[in-house]
Amino acid sequence: MALLTIKNLRVEFGATAHPFPAVDGVDLQVDRGEMLGIVGESGSGKSVAMMALMGLIEFPGLVSADQLQFDGHDLLKASAPQKRRVIGKDIAMVFQDAQSSLNPSYTVGYQIKESLKIHLGLQGDALQRRAIELMELVEIPDPQARLNAYPHQLSGGMNQRVMIAMAISCNPKLLIADEPTTALDVTIQSQIMDLLVRLQRDQQMAMIMITHDLAVIAEVAQRICVMYAGQVVEESLSAALFDAPRHPYTQALLAAIPQHSKGARRLSALAGMVPGQYDRPLGCLMSPRCPYVKEACRIARPALLQGVRCITPLNSEGLPQHG
Amino acid sequence: MAEKMTDNTSQPLGPLREFWTTFKSSKGTVIALAIFLLMVFLAVFAGWVAPYDPVEQYRDRMLVPPVWQVGGSSQHWLGTDEAGRDLLSRLIFGARISLLIASVSVFLSLIPGVVLGLFAAFYQRLLGSSIMRVMDIMLALPGLLLAICIITILGPGLINTMLAIAVGTMPTYTRLTRAAALAEINKEYVTASRVAGAGPLRLMFMTILPNCMAPLIVNATLGFSSAILETAALGFLGLGVQQPTPEWGTMLSAARDYIQRAPWVVTLPGLAILVSVLAINLMGDGLRDALDPRLKRVG
Repeated sequence: MALLTIKNLRVEFGATAHPFPAVDGVDLQVDRGEMLGIVGESGSGKSVAMMALMGLIEFPGLVSADQLQFDGHDLLKASAPQKRRVIGKDIAMVFQDAQSSLNPSYTVGYQIKESLKIHLGLQGDALQRRAIELMELVEIPDPQARLNAYPHQLSGGMNQRVMIAMAISCNPKLLIADEPTTALDVTIQSQIMDLLVRLQRDQQMAMIMITHDLAVIAEVAQRICVMYAGQVVEESLSAALFDAPRHPYTQALLAAIPQHSKGARRLSALAGMVPGQYDRPLGCLMSPRCPYVKEACRIARPALLQGVRCITPLNSEGLPQHG
Repeated sequence: MAEKMTDNTSQPLGPLREFWTTFKSSKGTVIALAIFLLMVFLAVFAGWVAPYDPVEQYRDRMLVPPVWQVGGSSQHWLGTDEAGRDLLSRLIFGARISLLIASVSVFLSLIPGVVLGLFAAFYQRLLGSSIMRVMDIMLALPGLLLAICIITILGPGLINTMLAIAVGTMPTYTRLTRAAALAEINKEYVTASRVAGAGPLRLMFMTILPNCMAPLIVNATLGFSSAILETAALGFLGLGVQQPTPEWGTMLSAARDYIQRAPWVVTLPGLAILVSVLAINLMGDGLRDALDPRLKRVG
């Protein structure tokens, strides 16, 4: 059985008469020890979907789902304290900006120890030892001294390491990394990425990596979900996705990777932007931007069939199949 | 010396040291702090410091002028009042009353104000808006008027004065806390804490409150001085602490009739109020400068 099963997850914002679906019927499955990548441009609902899973969406957001199951717990039926216990211990999250993800009023040691105390019941020497061990695990030099530092005394990369140490402190079964490297500079980015991948393999965690960076995710994730305007538009094994994208949006995303535009004066880019609250098309959400758009695309929204949400999925040559 | 200086620059100052360095950089603030500490000392040790019992009446020595005026005697340094009580002793004991009322009323308004403000920030929909509407209604009345209303209902006296002042200033703390908490609540560390399984109470008091403390501390200091002022105003109106308790406002009001004949009976309590309020306000300004990062001088 899968570790995490999400069926028809919807998150809506705004007035009840005209709600805006930030997440529009997302289905996801993550197995134990698997790394799933979620990619998509800003505003495609990647982060909101994960926030909804963690129960972090508050009024005026409205979350609904047919199924939300994690490790045998039905998160739809669980009470708030039950959910806190399950999520706090077994699901962890690493955020974009580590500098603001740590509480400025407490030392990093206090913050690492806090959840160890509450979720694992560690105390005294054992607590201190585990905290140091975690700091070593995320490759922070001189952990003993660093435990007494405040977040503003550490660098961004160091803070992100602390954040990761906190996330893995209770040996979570699932780690959600929400653009963990966006706020860091390039050299630190790759270090943090390597660290996350190493930890994921060593600890046998499942991991959901949300990112803009296709090049990075291609190397590390087994499966990739491409999201657009709150929907999953393509889902497949990462090798297959990169060799032969079947959705025009995935194709456009891949074409926008700088390496693919070598020699060209401009990077290839998809014109337009993700539809907002008032300009959601009637038909396929991609239709206003799709280079292969047909009349049928403007009338009905395609369903996710065999891992792709398109009326005319692309073939291995990257051209739409008519049929 | 040189070694010491490099030491200082290589190691970031601790939060307390850094605070003290900024705080003491302004002379006025340090003087204000000294005056305030002197007041606290006098208030605490009033029984030993004051030369006489503040309510003891020396009927043969009524309205004796202070020592530096013609007719003054070193028996009563600051003279006596209309009932022959030693003015210096009354002022010293008055400091005790003023500080007691001010500190109790600040705490009585700070604690419920902070709790209400945090709840209002956390449960914005129903609880929050109803709390804030009630606070708006309370803020629509001038503080002193509200205090007078409460005292009219409860009756004058020491404890009722504290309560009346506390109720009048509570809305400010609620608003301040709510505003500060709303600014913090959407930051990622709060979300991270929530992900780690922190319940609402823990989030409010452990995660968010420490980050909202700076404006609250400053406001509490300034609230302290306005509480002293309000106590005096209520005392002057005859609604505060009653005679013969030596309270500055009450003293001022009782001595009103002698303003021509014996100006010192009115002037001295008035000066005491002025100096203490000024000192506390200056101290509050210094605190604000030291705690608010936007006002900190670079370097």
